[in-house]
Parts: sequence; structure tokens; C-alpha cells
Amino acid sequence: MSIETPLPVLKPADFASDQDVRWCPGCGDYSILAQMKKVMPTLGLPREKIVFISGIGCSSRFPYYMNTYGMHSIHGRAPAVATGLKSVRPDLQCWVITGDGDGLSIGGNHLMHAIRRNMDLNIVLFNNRIYGLTKGQYSPTSPLGKKTKSTPMGAIDNPLHPLSIAIGAEATFVARSIDTNIKHLGAMLSRAAEHRGTAFLEVYQNCNVFNDGAWQYATDRQSKTETTLELQHGKPLIFGKDRDKGIRLNGLDPEVVELGKGIKEDDLLFHDEKSPEPSLAYLLSRMRYEDGFPEPIGVFRSVKAPRYDDMINDQIEEAQKQHGKGDLDKLFNSGETWDVA
Amino acid sequence: MSTATPEKQLANVEEATVRFCGDSGDGMQLAGTQFTNTSALAGNDVATFPDFPAEIRAPRGTKAGVSGFQIHFSSNEIYTPGDTVDSLVAMNPAALATNLQDLRDGGILLVNKDAFDKKGLEQAGYETNPLEDGSLEKYKLHSVEMTKLVRLAVEGLGLSQKEADRCRNFFAMGLVFWLYDRSLDPTLRFIETKFGKKPEIAQANTAALKAGFNYGETVEAINTQYHVDPAVLPPGKYRNIMGNTALAWGLLAAAQLSEKRLFLGAYPITPASDILHELSKHKHYDVLTFQAEDEIAAVTSTIGASFAGAMAVTASSGPGIALKGEALGLAVITELPMVIINVQRGGPSTGLPTKTEQSDLWQAMYGRNGECPMCVIAASGPADCFYAVQEAWRISSKYMMPVFFLTDGYIANGSEPWRIPKMADLPKIEIKHPESRDSAADDFEQFQPYTRDDLLARPWAIPGTPGLEHRLGGLEKADGTGNVSYDPANHQHMTDVRQKKVDLVADDIPEQKVFGEKEGDLLVLSWGGTYGSCTTAVRHAQKAGKKVSHCHLRYINPFPKDLEGILRGFKQVLIPELNMGQLRSIIRDRYLIDAKGLNKVQGKPFSVAEISEKINEMV
Repeated sequence: MSIETPLPVLKPADFASDQDVRWCPGCGDYSILAQMKKVMPTLGLPREKIVFISGIGCSSRFPYYMNTYGMHSIHGRAPAVATGLKSVRPDLQCWVITGDGDGLSIGGNHLMHAIRRNMDLNIVLFNNRIYGLTKGQYSPTSPLGKKTKSTPMGAIDNPLHPLSIAIGAEATFVARSIDTNIKHLGAMLSRAAEHRGTAFLEVYQNCNVFNDGAWQYATDRQSKTETTLELQHGKPLIFGKDRDKGIRLNGLDPEVVELGKGIKEDDLLFHDEKSPEPSLAYLLSRMRYEDGFPEPIGVFRSVKAPRYDDMINDQIEEAQKQHGKGDLDKLFNSGETWDVA
Repeated sequence: MSTATPEKQLANVEEATVRFCGDSGDGMQLAGTQFTNTSALAGNDVATFPDFPAEIRAPRGTKAGVSGFQIHFSSNEIYTPGDTVDSLVAMNPAALATNLQDLRDGGILLVNKDAFDKKGLEQAGYETNPLEDGSLEKYKLHSVEMTKLVRLAVEGLGLSQKEADRCRNFFAMGLVFWLYDRSLDPTLRFIETKFGKKPEIAQANTAALKAGFNYGETVEAINTQYHVDPAVLPPGKYRNIMGNTALAWGLLAAAQLSEKRLFLGAYPITPASDILHELSKHKHYDVLTFQAEDEIAAVTSTIGASFAGAMAVTASSGPGIALKGEALGLAVITELPMVIINVQRGGPSTGLPTKTEQSDLWQAMYGRNGECPMCVIAASGPADCFYAVQEAWRISSKYMMPVFFLTDGYIANGSEPWRIPKMADLPKIEIKHPESRDSAADDFEQFQPYTRDDLLARPWAIPGTPGLEHRLGGLEKADGTGNVSYDPANHQHMTDVRQKKVDLVADDIPEQKVFGEKEGDLLVLSWGGTYGSCTTAVRHAQKAGKKVSHCHLRYINPFPKDLEGILRGFKQVLIPELNMGQLRSIIRDRYLIDAKGLNKVQGKPFSVAEISEKINEMV
């Protein structure tokens, strides 16, 4: 449209609400909030077009701190609330803020179904591998054997891998970042926002009160180059301080190899975020530090697919094309009727 | 116009009740529906009661698999599907065994003789064949070889035996149509529409229908035909309508009258699923139907849709409502408008999914954590669903709060004639949204989502509107700003406000109608689907000279303001309910009036006789 008024230039501060942020000092959530506010003005959307929906948990206080529309809903249900909102108003950009407990435990069902419908939602899952708001019970991503208040002898349930779950639910966009890697985090939030369809972003987030250091291996200056691997589309999987290690496929299994000594870059696994089959993304989502692998960060998968919020409205349009806009008097008088004089 | 031949008599009767029953695969619901529509088209007042098993296909021929459909049709206004049956069609021994008790002495019994073989009799628990052992002597028994006659009738159409046998319900229909002097035309039109693409099936059903009709006309044993004159109903154009359809159409109307998109978030559950089915057919009315992954997603998507500015509705039954409980608290505290429909069924737990009950009233009133009052409205019958649900949305959107809407399985699947309204005659539902603001303006003030109007309603500010950005949530809100507040006095205040909003509705609803004198010996107080049997029983009592009146509640929370005065005008109050006394308990609690109950939880509606008996016992 030619008469469109230019958008006012917004700054990160314009996205801060007037509410005091009440996370514990040192919480990883602050970093995610800061990056979100930084990314917002770059999206080209006015504030009123943005909605943040959350469930329950520390992460779910997020909407209160954003000067956009928002709802702090109930435990685990944010994807479903967002589904109703986005179906009615596909023009709004909708973010779902959740955590490992909210998203994968009590709300696992909704998360899975929102993803498989490919609703145009940006789901950010703050993974701190612990229940913070209820003061320190183990979560669905806590490692086996994790000792907490509710598991004094160690957790005996296997942890879920959020990205594996998302990919299993046919996610069209899957990414991972780390709270302290702010540049990377900002980039991933932008990529999630750009994706049309469900964008699922896992953020390794430190709970310095109940699970301090859960991601230390991935954030420590000394070790992070060895324990993480930054994915780049079309590039080989290389990591290490000296970029001398890589991931190679051995049959269907990945293995860590050292470059040189007869192994060239071309022998390595190349990343393809646009692969129509999710096998590679799934394989990457299974690479765990405790199994001797660097953990990938970046975009695992980004493919185009039809979106529920589009289709539900397309069907209405299609029905209106077929039957007109709907005349209730006609409907009421359809079928067998009779007159009483 | 009569089809009676000289050898046959035509008897005029005021009303009649017919029940078709057979195996769930025998097409009894179809037979019942066709007979209902035909009777309605003939101008009778009709009331129906379909009754089917929870299993889609219970083992064939067993008692558990018996499906029935009862139609009461009359030349007068009627309010129930009838207590006892004048004519019973039983397609197999199991159907006879489970339904015979409702056939009146001297009633007509039409059975498919061919189904009374050794296996069929055994499955129904008969040691001897009731058609031959004299046990049916007090009825006008017509034992007809339906299977054989249908196979003969469709011979040459190239149908397999199984396909031929599937036409038996049309034979039974034809015979009953003849018996009650009904035209075949509506059913012939139905066959054409329904089976037009399968001409051999259409031909076969037509042949079976006519064979049944001709059988009645020809066989000497059936010597009387019955005729029920058209009823005198208020003038207008009518159609027959089922409760769930009327409810869905009422929602469509409410959306148009309030100029809203309609969003339904639902998870399939008996007996509410037909609301989802019906609305899904009408997407061109700007209807979004979302079949959610579960009941919780159904209600929370509804909350999201309401936030987004739609007319948002969720529909379920008791077990589903139980799952929605927490989210309903969110709906109450966020003060968003939406309609929560509960088509009640037998409970607890999965209970009796296909049977009716009124046992979720307390659930609607109290089934949430915290002080969480909700407005509760109940429909009284199939056609009333259309209007009552519009009222629910009017109140919900006006006061900015969720409204509970109760019906039950009996209302949902029952049908009755409905005088077709004109959309232009229905009252508009005015909804206002706050307008956008310029956040760059000097005098811009942060939008406060919990400011209130005279009715304590907060503004419905819709995402996408510039300058109204705000956050809602499940934590307690400071009145005005809507910010999270743990302030003790504020929590008390907000609790009071949420209650007051419900209470204020009492000023906005009609006075309670009293059928009969405003004072007397006994007031029968009812709600929901028991309307028909209660009003009929009260009419009978009044005719017998008793000082009995009837009030039927549409508004249960809040009650009409004049209800207490009415209750106090009677020496006794009787509250018949298909539960163990839930409304009675609320009435006693609210007014300290010692109301008596007539309570039944058998998955069946009240018969008029049951209520009459209780009335006679009390006065």
C-alpha cells in the first residue's frame, strides 16, 4: 500500500513494560529478555501486533516484562491459548514462552500438537533442567541420577531432549542457543521470528539458584569450543578451539574425528537445515556432551510447510466462495418446513 | 385425506406415542427421525426421545445393543416424548425384551417375526418364543415376516442379502406410516437426496418402504388406521429441530447479531460432539472450528480466541468440563467473555455417556478452585437452546465474564417443532471495544485493562489495537492497572467484584414466569430438560383442581430477583431433578426454604406420571 504510514523507529527500551523484573539476580532469563527486546525493533512490526503468551514457571513471567500484548496463562497451556488467538488473528506475531517443565511435562501434549499443526508461533523453551518456581525439583530434562528435593536418591526417569521431541512432532523450524552467548541468541530469536510456521527454539538457560552450572560445559570460556558446535547451513560440522575436529558419519552414526591425518573437510558431515527429511536434524539433536559429542547450537532445521492458521482461514474463504457469506434466514428455512396459518 | 380402504376403519386420536427399537445396526434412529419429520410436516406437535447404547456396534442381537427412538405426536401442544408407548416396533427379541415394559396394555406391537429364531431368543434370554407362548396376549400383536418380505420386495435389484436386509427399517417405517395415516412423500424425498448417487439402494429402500405401507393396507389382521389432526400452534413457518442443532444455530445467530467471528474450541465427547459437527459445516458464516488435542486445549484455545476478540465458545460434557476447570478460573480472573457449554450426561467419571442426567449443576456452580463464581444459564428444551445461548452470549459480552450454558443429552438429541425466526427480528448484541490510542502523543497514558464501567465490566481491548498493549494473566490483578498484585485488600476487593458482576445480572434478566397462580399449596420448581414433564404434570394437577403452580428456571446463577418471593408464596416447594438434589441444595442454601426433592439418576428423563405421583402425594 502506498499510503502506509512509516513505522515509528522503536528502540529496545520501547518494548520494556513498566513492571519490575523479578527474576533472581543472575538468572539466565535476564539475558533472554534483553536479547528479545533488542530483536523486537528489527522485526518491522509495531508493538500492538506482537503478543507474548506463557504458561507457568519462572520463564512464564516473561510477558509481564514486555510492552506488547500478552497473557500469562496456566501451566503448560500457552501453545493452546496461542492457537486460539493466532487462528482468529493470523496477522499478529505470537511468541510462546515456556520452560522445560511447563513445555515438556504438564504441557507436553499441547507443545506436540502446536508443532505438528505448524501454527505460526515462535516457541522459546527456556531449558534449565530444573523446576525453579517450585524450588528445585527435577524436571523432564534433568539427567538420570539427578539428586533434588524430590529425588534424594537420584532421578530415575530418562530425560527428554526437547529438540528431538520437536522434530518428532514434525517441526518445521528447530534451533538451539545459549543464554550467555548473546550474539548467537539474538540471531536465533531473529531467525525464529522470520520463520513462518512453528519455530521451536531451545535456550540453555542457567538457574543459578537451584541448578547452577547445569550448562557450564557449554558456557565455560575454556571448554565451550570443545563442547559445542555452531551449525551453519551448507558447511561441514567442525568444532574445537583450533577448528581441528569434525563430525563424520559412520554408517548411520555420527563420530568425532580429527581433521588432518588423512581426513579432509569433505569427509565430514555437511549441515543442511533445508533437508526435507528431518533425519539429519534428529541425529544432531541426539548428540550429547555426556556421550562425547559437542552439542550443536544454531538452526537444525528450517523448511517451508503449510500453516494451520493460514489453512483454517483459507477454508473459510473457500467455503464463502462456494456458498456465499452465509445467510442465516436461508439456513433456518432450509430442509423440510411447514406453515401454520 | 385418508388411505383407508372400505374394509379398514380410520380412528381419530388426539395423540399417539410410537417407539421404534431394534439392534443398533437396524437403522432405528433413521426410522424415528423420518417418522418425526413426517409428523411435524403433517402439522402435529412432536417431541422425541432417541435412546441408544454407548457402544457403536454392541454385539448383534444382544440387549446391550438395542437402540430406540420414541416419538410423541399430537393435535395439542405437548412437552414430553410420552410416558407409555401406544405402538411399539421391535425388530428383534432383544428389542422386545428391553422395551415391552413401556408399551401400554392394549397397545400395538409390531415385530419382525423372522428375527425370533433360536439364537435371537437365546440372546434376549427368552426360554420360549413370546410370539407363540401367549405372553403377549394383552397387546395387539402383529407378527410380520419382515426379513422375508423385504427380500422379496427388493428381488431383482441385484442386492446382496446383507444389503437387502438393511432395508428392513424402511419396511417398518412404511407399515407405521400406514398405521398412522402418514404420507410417504417426505421419506421418498429423503431417499432421493440421501441415496440418489446409489440408485439401486434408493430403489430398494423405496421398494421396502412401499412394501411395508402396502402390507398395512392389505393385511386383514390390521384393521384400524389412526389419524392425528394437526396441532393448533402459533402461526408461522415451522421446522423440526434437534437440541444440538438449535444450539449451534443459536451460536451462529449470536455471532452475527454481535458482528463477531465465531470460534469453537472443542474436543469430541458424547453428547456434545454434534455441536462441533454442525458448526464445522458452516464455515462460510465466518466460523472457526478447532478440534483440539484435548479438553484443556479446547478451553484454553477458546480463551486465546476471546482475547483475540472473537465470540469464543467451548462445548463439552461433564468429564470434559472437569478437565477444563483450571482454565475456567483463568477465564474468570482475566474477565474475558466466552460461553462454556456442558451437554450433561450420566456421571460420575465416564458414567453413562449416551444417557441424560442433570448432575453437573454443582460442577458448573462450584467446580473450580478459589472463589470463582460464574453465571449459569440452562436451556429448557431443544428449540429453547437457540434463544437461551444467545442470551448467554449477550450476558457474557456485556459483563465481560465467562457464562456457563447447560443442556443435557435429552435436550441435545431430542427434537421438537421450531417456529422459524427472522434474523431481522432478533435483538442485536451490541459490543464495544476501546479505540486505538497514539502512544507518541504527549498526553498518552498507559492503558489500564481493569478499569470498569457501571456494570463493572472491564474494556475488551483486542491485540492489534495500537496503544492498548496490556498483559492479562492468572495471577491476581490490581483493579484498574491490571498489574500483578498480592495486596490483601485488593484481593478481597477483586473477589467481591467478580461476585458482584455475576450478581448484577439479576437486574438484567426477566422476572420469573409462574405457570399458574402466584400462591398456592405447591410450587414445582424445575430447570433444564425436565421442563416438559414438569409442566405437563402441573397442568394435570391444575385440571384436577389442585393449587399447584410451576416455575422453570433459565437463570440459575444468579436467580431472578423475584424468585424468593414466589417460593415463599407456596406452602410447599417440590424440585424434581435428574440428580440427587443439586438445585434443591442451592435453593435451601440461598433462601433457607425447605424444598422437597424428587430425584432420579437412571439415565432416563422423568415420566409425567412420576412427577404427578409425587405431586399427588404432597397435595
